Amino acid sequence: MQNEQRMAYLVSHPDEVKVVSKRFGLGATSLDRYLELDGYKAVPKAIQMGADAIINEVKASNLRGRGGAGFPTGMKWSFVPKQSPKPKYVLCNGDESEPGTCKDRLIFEHDPHAVIEGVMIAALAVGSKAGYIYLRGEYRYLLEIMERAVADAYARGFIGKNIFGSGVDLDIFTHSGAGAYEVGEESALMESLEGKRGVPRIRPPFPAVVGLWGGPTVINNAETLASVPHIILGGGEWFAGLGTPRNGGTRLFCMSGELERPGVYELPMGYNLKKMIYDVSGGMVKGKTLKGVVPGGSSVQILTPDEIDVAMDFDSVLKAGSMLGSGGVIVLDNTMCIVKFALRVTQFYQHESCGWCIPCREGTDWMKKTLVRFHSGGGVAKDIDNLKYLAENMLGRTFCPLGDAAAMPIVSYIQKYRQEFEDHLNGKPCPFEKAAEPVAV
Amino acid sequence: MKFSDQLEQRFATMVTHYPTKRSVLVPMLLYIQDELGAMTDEAIHEIAERTELSDLEVRNVVSYYSMLRTRPVGKYNLQVCTNVSCLLRGADDLFEHCKKKLGVGNKQTTSDGMFHLEEVECIGACSWAPALMMNYEFHENLTPAKIDELIDGLKKKEQQ
Repeated sequence: MQNEQRMAYLVSHPDEVKVVSKRFGLGATSLDRYLELDGYKAVPKAIQMGADAIINEVKASNLRGRGGAGFPTGMKWSFVPKQSPKPKYVLCNGDESEPGTCKDRLIFEHDPHAVIEGVMIAALAVGSKAGYIYLRGEYRYLLEIMERAVADAYARGFIGKNIFGSGVDLDIFTHSGAGAYEVGEESALMESLEGKRGVPRIRPPFPAVVGLWGGPTVINNAETLASVPHIILGGGEWFAGLGTPRNGGTRLFCMSGELERPGVYELPMGYNLKKMIYDVSGGMVKGKTLKGVVPGGSSVQILTPDEIDVAMDFDSVLKAGSMLGSGGVIVLDNTMCIVKFALRVTQFYQHESCGWCIPCREGTDWMKKTLVRFHSGGGVAKDIDNLKYLAENMLGRTFCPLGDAAAMPIVSYIQKYRQEFEDHLNGKPCPFEKAAEPVAV
Repeated sequence: MKFSDQLEQRFATMVTHYPTKRSVLVPMLLYIQDELGAMTDEAIHEIAERTELSDLEVRNVVSYYSMLRTRPVGKYNLQVCTNVSCLLRGADDLFEHCKKKLGVGNKQTTSDGMFHLEEVECIGACSWAPALMMNYEFHENLTPAKIDELIDGLKKKEQQ
């Protein structure tokens, strides 16, 4: 019943190109149904192709990491050494926690076997005998779906000993987190899987050489891996052709904010952001206007309304001064105070900083304290430049990107909405709120 | 300390999945907590022995993860997301509504031990904001009326 209730949340639009989402709402959690929908055809084909051909196909597809960094997947796989004294591993990152992002959830919920096939193909490509699917602790119902899918695939002999008569043994396990944004970072996730605090590792060595339990490891986002079986079946060239140059395929865009039709839409890479908001998502709800767009999860720079005529692929969004990130498109309306928004974003990173690197631990805390005071009317003029100075000094000075993720958006809010910060000065109450009491921190 | 049969079975299976014993730790701690309500001293000691770690090392892990806790909370844990996507759709007002409705503040439990209220970070329901989790259950596209319905429904269930 819970499932029925959830399916109502699925949305669609004629411009969608359904690849990863093509089995959504079709009951593909059932193995038999999945088989009817071309399930477990990609793995036997990949076995036929062999490791090098798989990697070449994925390279040709221009598939880039859907977690946020956009690193070319085929290239990542090719970094894994062929010979290794230690076991090699494949790791599926399902720790989806980037604010604004809710796409992996739909993949696990509607197409768990596609994730399994993706992990299997990655394992075949790099010569690994074990794959782990890590889900954030809050996604318990999805863990149950994944556990059932893995058990069903074992029962049918699709995973385990001698898969598809190839002589290859391959095991897949599910693993739950217990609440930590930081664990979505690849090296912190490995620490967590090893039963430790999710503190990032210094690189190099990169996971492809020294990863999980010291073995060479491929770690990919769930959406990336769920795209792989489609690439194997449809061909790299076909997948690449769906997107723009160097940005292959489609992407699940999570539209959130005061939109008429928020939801997760699968659109070709390079789809226009403005169209995504006004056409696909039905525009702003009645009576509200667009104030800005955070195009790739809360970690990225904001775009103003006159900057949103941009193709949503990694390279174009970067050129426009932001990042495609996780695919979480957060749309701000005119009733949202940018200082309050900045405060909420900073509060998040302050809470999630693992405390390992001082610029991140102290910087996020200091920014939060300043913004709390600032938003409540206790701000002074130099706070604005101070915030920017603080953020700029966190950039590039931490082991993992969390420090950057906390700093980049703040710099962009101040650069693009400075007037609104100034409107809070000199004891004036927040112009967006009825009454705000000054808070001492 | 003895684990329940279910936990024993889970531990026995999971320990075969990894090359090191301590790798079972994070999920195992959560499963233990699901049964006990919190990470008790006995439970921490037990899992430490089984994974060949010191109690302190296990405590170190417990303290890192936001879902793990050393003190029990109410039977129904209402975790209201107030992160950006929910904020844009009125999560602050909803959280205030929850506080008034239950008569407790953030991270507090009602005196009858029934409800716990907590402000949480993004739960992955951004396109269906605002949202909350009641224990492991997602509730989305919330309104004050929907929250009342949820809480009143749970209260009624308890009275029966």
